[in-house]
Amino acid sequence: MRKTLFYSVLLLVVGYCCGPYLWQLITSLKPDGELTALPPVFPERVTFSHYVSIFRESRFFRIILNSAAVASVTTVLSIVIGSLAAFGLAKLNLRRKGVILGFVLSVSMFPPIATVCPLYLVIRALGLRDTWWGLVLTYTTFSLPLSIWTLTGFFARIPDEIYLAARVDGCSPFQALCRIMLPVAAPGVFTAAILVFIFAWNEFLFALTLTSTTASRTVPVAIALFPGLHEIPWGDIAAASVVVTVPLLALVFLFQRRIVEGLTAGAVKG
Amino acid sequence: MKRRDGRYIFVAPAIVLLSLVTIYPAIYVFILSLRRKMLIFHISRFTGLDNYIFLLKDDRFWNALWNTVYFTAVSVSLEMLLGLGIALLLNRPFAAKGMVRAAVLVPWAIPTVVSARMWEWIFNSDFGILNYLLGMKINWLGNPSWALHAAIFADVWKTTPFVAILLMAGLQVIPRELGQAARIDGAGAWGVFRHVTLPLLKPVILVALIFRTLDAFRVFDVVYVLTGGGPANSTETLSVYAYKVLFQTLQFGYGSALSVVVFLCVGGISILYIKLLSGIRA
Repeated sequence: MRKTLFYSVLLLVVGYCCGPYLWQLITSLKPDGELTALPPVFPERVTFSHYVSIFRESRFFRIILNSAAVASVTTVLSIVIGSLAAFGLAKLNLRRKGVILGFVLSVSMFPPIATVCPLYLVIRALGLRDTWWGLVLTYTTFSLPLSIWTLTGFFARIPDEIYLAARVDGCSPFQALCRIMLPVAAPGVFTAAILVFIFAWNEFLFALTLTSTTASRTVPVAIALFPGLHEIPWGDIAAASVVVTVPLLALVFLFQRRIVEGLTAGAVKG
Repeated sequence: MKRRDGRYIFVAPAIVLLSLVTIYPAIYVFILSLRRKMLIFHISRFTGLDNYIFLLKDDRFWNALWNTVYFTAVSVSLEMLLGLGIALLLNRPFAAKGMVRAAVLVPWAIPTVVSARMWEWIFNSDFGILNYLLGMKINWLGNPSWALHAAIFADVWKTTPFVAILLMAGLQVIPRELGQAARIDGAGAWGVFRHVTLPLLKPVILVALIFRTLDAFRVFDVVYVLTGGGPANSTETLSVYAYKVLFQTLQFGYGSALSVVVFLCVGGISILYIKLLSGIRA
C-alpha cells in the first residue's frame, strides 16, 4: 500500500518533468488538421511532414551548425583556460587564492542584461557582430566561472603528493598539469565540459543581441523568432524543438550521474 | 610582480578575459547610464543623473520592478517547496533510480527558449492541452491577471530540477543514523524532518536560494519568448523592459540606467544572502 503510493507519486513527478516535452513530441507528429482539434490527444495519423518541412529549409542546417560550432569551440576554450586557472588555484598555493575565487564567483552573479549593451558596442567595434567569434568570446568568458569552480574542486581532490611526485621527477608545473593532473581529473574535466556545452547551446540574450542573420544565428534565437506569416506554425515549431533538444537529452540520459556531480560539487561542501 | 610568481601565469588568461569581457562592460554601463546615447541619431552627450531622475518618475519602471519582485518571490518559493519534496522522494531507495534522476533533469537541460515555446502551446487558449484537461477556456497568456502566473509556472517547471538535485546532494551527506536515533527516541517522521533533516539541510537550502533568487531576478528568456512582456506590460520584468529600451527603441543611456538598477538589486540580494550564510556557518 505504502509502496503503491510511493511509486504513484514518483510517476507523477516523472510525468510532471517529462510530460510537457512529450506533448511537444506528440504535437510534432500530428497532421496540421489535427493540431487545432482536441480530442484526439494522440494523433490518429502519425505524420513526419513537420520534420520534412523544417529540414527542407537550408537555414535550419546552418543554424544547427552555428550552435554546434559556437558551443564546441566555447567548450574547448573554456576548459583550457579554466583548467589552467583551476590548476593554479588548487595546487600552486597562490597567496590571493581566496580573492581570485571570490572575484570569479562575483562575476558569475552579474546580470547579463547589465553587460549586454556595452558588450554589444565592444563586439561591434571589434567587427565581430554577427560572427561565431563574437559569441565564442562572450560565452567563453561567461562560462569561465562555471568551469573554474568545478575544475578547482576536482583538482583539489587529487592528493598533493601526486603533483609533488611529478615535480620531483622533473616536470615543470605546466607539464605536471598536462601529463598528470588532467588525465587523473579527466572525469571531472568531462563533467565541466558537459555543463559548459549545455550553457552555450542554450544561451539566448547575448545570442539575440549579437547575431542578426543566419550567418551566426543560434538555435534558441531561431526558435524564438520562428517565422510565421499569418499564423504560428505550431507543428513545425514542435518538430524543431524536438530536434534541437535531442543532443541535450542524450547528454542527460547518458551522463546524469556526472551532471548531478558537477552541479552540486561546489554547493554541498561550501 | 616578483620573479618567483610565475605561478600567476596560470590564472592570468582567465583574469584578463573576465576583466575585459565582464568587468569592463560593467563599468562602461555605469558611464553609459549617465549619458543620453542614441546610435542611430549619433547623439551621445553627458546628462548626469537625468536618466535616473526620469526613472523615478517612470511608471513603467515601477511596474517592471514590481513584476520582477513578484515573479522572484512566488517562483522561488514554489521551486524550493517542490524541489524539497522531490529531493525527499528521490532520497529513498528504489529501483531504476538513475533513469528517474535523468527524467527529473529533463526540464533543466531543455533550452529556456524551447520550454517557453512549449508552454506557449500548452497554454494556448483555443487548442492548448491545459484548457482541454481542465475543461475550461482560460486565456492564460492574453489575460493580464493570468499571464504573469503562467510565466511563473513555466519558470518553476524549468528550474525545480536544479533545486531538487542540489537539495538531494545535501540530503545524501546527512548520516542516516541521525534519523534512526531520533526515531528510537520516539520522534515521528515529521519530527525527524523538522528537528534533524531541516536544520542540517539549512546551508544547502540557502545556497539553492541564492542561486535561484539571483537567477529569477534577472529573468529574461522565458518572459520574452512566452509573452514578450505583454499583455499591457503585465509580465514585463526589469530585464525585459531594459532590453526593449536598449535594443528596440535604441536608447542606450536610459536602458543602461535600467540595467544598472538590476545590477544594484542583484548586488544587494547577494550581500544579504552572504551575510545570512556566514551567520549560519558561524
